[in-house]
Amino acid sequence: MPRGHHDLGGTPGGGPIERAEHQLEDWEILADAVNQALGAKGIRRTDELRRIREEMDADVYRSMSYYERWIASAENILIEKKILTREEIDRKVAEYEKRWGNP
Amino acid sequence: MGNDHLGKGEQEHEHPKHELSQHAKRIYAIRELLLEKGVLKEEEIQRQIDYMEARSPANGARLVARAWADPRFKARLLADPRAACAEMGIDATSINEFVVLENTEKVRHLVVCTLCSCYPRPILGRPPDWYKSFNYRKRAVVDPRGVMREFGMELPDSVEVRVHDSTADIRYLVLPLRPAGTDGMSEEELARLVTRDSMIGVVDPLQEIPEGNR
Repeated sequence: MPRGHHDLGGTPGGGPIERAEHQLEDWEILADAVNQALGAKGIRRTDELRRIREEMDADVYRSMSYYERWIASAENILIEKKILTREEIDRKVAEYEKRWGNP
Repeated sequence: MGNDHLGKGEQEHEHPKHELSQHAKRIYAIRELLLEKGVLKEEEIQRQIDYMEARSPANGARLVARAWADPRFKARLLADPRAACAEMGIDATSINEFVVLENTEKVRHLVVCTLCSCYPRPILGRPPDWYKSFNYRKRAVVDPRGVMREFGMELPDSVEVRVHDSTADIRYLVLPLRPAGTDGMSEEELARLVTRDSMIGVVDPLQEIPEGNR
């Protein structure tokens, strides 16, 4: 079985550890809370989220920030479970862009 | 979105301060759809925000300080961490399997999640950015001493290092070694020696209470 792109333990190329920490933005706090709330209701489990993240394309995975990955995995699991559809999420995003403007 | 109850940043949800990434925008869409469909309630999301705001390394520091001060509590903490947390009013019930690792003169423990970011969030809050970084995840299991050195702890070869890789179900908390010369300290003072990073295991606790925190 080939090694998954998420399976980083012991892989070469590890440089110095960047210690600076960033203050979470609102969308990151929301991503965290929605995910935990879905977990608390038994709608998704940690191992399911992990599977979704691990099945992501390696380049996509690396290009995303941490909470972007959470959002993408929550979205995919909600679609997989037929709770939401990609189209309705796209539609909502388009509504926001209209309302917020899209600088 | 007019009736958000998302705490201090409430106003900003209507008009974000700066442009959100395409991925970030989607969480607002997902949230609203989940509310519309009744999958989640606003209060359930808010409860999670409040819960995480109440978590911080101070919780872990209280556990450690109590364990240092009271050997019987320490024995309970090692034997049944969730029950010991409950004694201290810390809710750790969401952790499936909770393991407390006791550091000694001869052994230091280091916690990592090579696959992602599992962390004892109910005790310590959200993990620091570096814990989730690719470099920490890559190196902790093959070069733990190098990682510790980077964080400021140089261990002699005679000290064994054990690395613990978290899984979706197991969370680890390091019980650091009590510094020498702290016999006269109260539990509250002891807690001030216990840093977040010492409970992840990358460093030992502080040797004395930092100035300005006395």
